This record gives sequence, structure tokens and C-alpha cells, in this order.
Amino acid sequence: MIRKSLILALVLAFGALFAVQASGDTFTEKDVERWMEQYKKVAQEGRALWTSPELGTNGVACAQCHPNGANTHPETYPKFQKQLGKVVPIREMINWCIQNPLEGEPLKLDDPKMTAIEAYLNWERRGVKLEPGKH
Amino acid sequence: MIVNNPNRRGFLKTTGLVAATLPFTQVKLAWAGAHPDINIAYISDSHIQQIKGAKFVRNWDRGLIRAVAETNLLDPQPDFVVFGGDLAQLGKKSELDHGAEMMSKLRAPVKYVMGEHDFYLDMGRYWEKLFGPQWYSWDHKGVHFVVLNSILTYDEWVNKWPSDVERMNQMAGLDNPNGSPFMVGEAQRKWLEKDLSKVSKDTPVVVFSHSPLQKIFKNWNFWTEDAEQLQKMLGRFSNVNVIYGHVHQIQYNRIGNINFHSVMATAWPWPYPESYAQAESHLPVLTVPMNRADPFHERDATGWQLIDVHTGRPTLKYNLYNNENRIVGPNDKGVPEDRTYAKRTTPPQKHY
Repeated sequence: MIRKSLILALVLAFGALFAVQASGDTFTEKDVERWMEQYKKVAQEGRALWTSPELGTNGVACAQCHPNGANTHPETYPKFQKQLGKVVPIREMINWCIQNPLEGEPLKLDDPKMTAIEAYLNWERRGVKLEPGKH
Repeated sequence: MIVNNPNRRGFLKTTGLVAATLPFTQVKLAWAGAHPDINIAYISDSHIQQIKGAKFVRNWDRGLIRAVAETNLLDPQPDFVVFGGDLAQLGKKSELDHGAEMMSKLRAPVKYVMGEHDFYLDMGRYWEKLFGPQWYSWDHKGVHFVVLNSILTYDEWVNKWPSDVERMNQMAGLDNPNGSPFMVGEAQRKWLEKDLSKVSKDTPVVVFSHSPLQKIFKNWNFWTEDAEQLQKMLGRFSNVNVIYGHVHQIQYNRIGNINFHSVMATAWPWPYPESYAQAESHLPVLTVPMNRADPFHERDATGWQLIDVHTGRPTLKYNLYNNENRIVGPNDKGVPEDRTYAKRTTPPQKHY
């Protein structure tokens, strides 16, 4: 009983301390808007890459076969790709497409261009439920 | 009707199986029946794309080269070959020339249909020089054939771009929100009305267009703006059919008396519209979709068609380079159906 009260007191004390001093866990609608803008800017860069020939060497763009990013299924990755023989993140499939139909050099997995492409694909699939591993 | 002849049906089935393993020279095309044989080879959407100079995208070249080579192996040769539009990717002379050079290897005569990728750089001028008028008709063995240019659009859109190249690039993006809907347009509809007025109601009519003369999905221009007006004009015929390219996938439909069939691309496949989650689409309910394309096989979900039109109602045999071939033709009621594929034990892969 005594122990419980002690813990409660401590929790209240810490709570009071943070309420006064720190606001790391609070954010305003303005913050949310700003973060969303950041995301949309990157997704737009992804859309620009998706529709441009710059990722490859033969002028072919991702959007030629995947209008609106359709048939890429970002909501199912990482998943098993039988042709690669293992579970891969979508970034490895993106690189496969860059190397083959686009005849280009693969991007580094943390290349900002790669992040932008993934951000764009997710945007086109907004609202679709996650289906990990689905084929 | 000859479609009910059991021998014929058996033959269709057999060809489907045999064609995959035997050279085409051994697949005889002659049908026994009351109607004359009419066979058409249909090649479409090759999207020949120049990289620079004499370099072209190898993948798209290979799709067309293969269709031409296989069509040349048909014995007997088809009555004619139709090229269903989008020979070029960006309408350049170099692309049209390179495509025309590959097409020139064909042994049978070729009828050309205009696609938007051939058109929007110079509004079809160079294409006309190579292939002739953009819309025309002819009679062949009792069937009235019509070619339409269905990829025209509003003048306002055509004139709003700073350059021809910019206009072409804008129209070339399938999912480009700055694009514009396709149409046949008033001048051509008037021509069509006059052309059809000379044709009797019971003459089979087959129309070739690039875009579907029906409204399936506006975002990707699986769409023709004046589809209803055209359907009304065509609907007075008892046996009338539309065969179209553009969609790079198998579709079939029936609206009133009109049978609709799409053909495959030789270049690459497109996803079915329902796989785009953010917009409404209307794939015809009759259509049994094909399997999802496998990007690891370059020629997956591409191919060409052999079309039997001997009753006026087309039966399309899809010669798919990397997939089970499919045959879509009229059932006992004349409505397009794929009996073999619909009955198969493994269901088509879900599109999502």
C-alpha cells in the first residue's frame, strides 16, 4: 500500500515537472501541416522521378508500365519475390526495374531519390490496408 | 449459325493447345462452313522508342519483330494485317520510320490505325505520308470494315502548348492529369454517318479504332468522349463489332448489338484500371481479366492476335509470348466469351 502511494507520488511529481518544463510530446496543427508539406514535397519529387527518363539510360520511365504507380503494391512489402529468392523490401524491386526495363544503375537504398519514389508509391496507395507478404 | 458447329469449336480448342508447341506453318487456318474465310492478324501498340541516333529501346523492338516474324509464318497468310496504333512512342519521324521498316517485312497487306503516340507531335502529318488517310473504309468478302482515328481531342487543348514536343510529351503520359480525353469528333462522325448509310442493316460491320469506343476509365484514357454517339450510329446494324488497342490488356464487352474486343500490345502490358485505388473505373463485367504480368519476364503479357471474322462476329486468338494463349469469341448468343479460360481450374490472379 505504502509502495503504491510512493509510486503514485513520484509519477505525479514527474508529471508536474514535465508540464512546466518540456513540451517534446506536444505539437500543434501547424506542426502537422508543416510535416505533411515536407512529406508531400518529397512524394512530388518521387512522382517527377517516376515519370522522367532520368533514372535509366534508355529513355524509359517507370510510369510507362506503372501509370499512377499501379501494380507496384507497396503495402505488401517486404515480401517474398520468387525471382529474387528471398523476402525483399520494395526498394530492391525498384532497383530491379531501374536495372532491367530502364537499363540503369541501381540507386543506393538510402538515396533520397529512393525515399522519394517510395513516398510517391505510398501516396498513390493511400487508404489501402496493409497486406504484408500478399501476392 | 456456324459458331454452333461442334467441329469448329473442337478445332478452336485444339489450335489453342497446339499453337504453343507447333510451328505456325502447321496450324491451318481454313474453316469449313457457309461463310467465306476471313482471317486478320492484329498487331498493336509497339511504342518504338528512340534513345538517340540509330539506338532504339531494345525491349520494344523485340516485341514488334517477334509479332512480324510469327505473322509471316502463318500459312495460309491472313487476308490482311491491322496495325492498331502507337507504332511510335513520341511520334518522331525516326521512330515511325524504324517501325515502318520493321512492318515492311510483313508478307500480307497492312491496314494502319492512328494512335495518340503517332499523332500529337505533328498532328499525324508524317504518319499520313507513310501510311495514308487517318480514317477510311472498305468491303471485303461481305464484311464492311471501317478504320477511325479515335484519338483526336479538343482544339483548345491542342493549341495550348508552347511547342509540338511539349504537346506530344503531355499526351504521352497515360496518367497525366494535364492530358485530354480522346474523341472521334464531329467531322469524322459526319463522314462515318455517310459511309454507313450505304451499308445494309444485315451486313457485318467491323470497326478498328485505337481507343475503346466505350467509357471504361477516364484517368488513363480507356475512354472515347463521343462513345455514346458512335454506339448509337453503329447500333442499327445487327452484327457490329469494335476492335481497339491502347489498353495493353485483354478486355471484351457487349453493348446493345455491339461486340467490343481489345488487343494486346507488343511492347508492355498495363495494369487493369481497378488496380488504381484512387479513382472509379468500369472494366466490362463480361471480361475475365488476364493474369498479372510478371516483370521478370520481358515479354510477359504481350503478344499479337489472329482474328477470325468469317461470321462477321470476330473470334480473337491471343498469341501471348509468355502466357497461356486465350481465345475470346461469340457464344451461342453472339456475346463475347472465353469458354476455356473461364472454366480453367486455376483462377486468374487477383488484380489489386
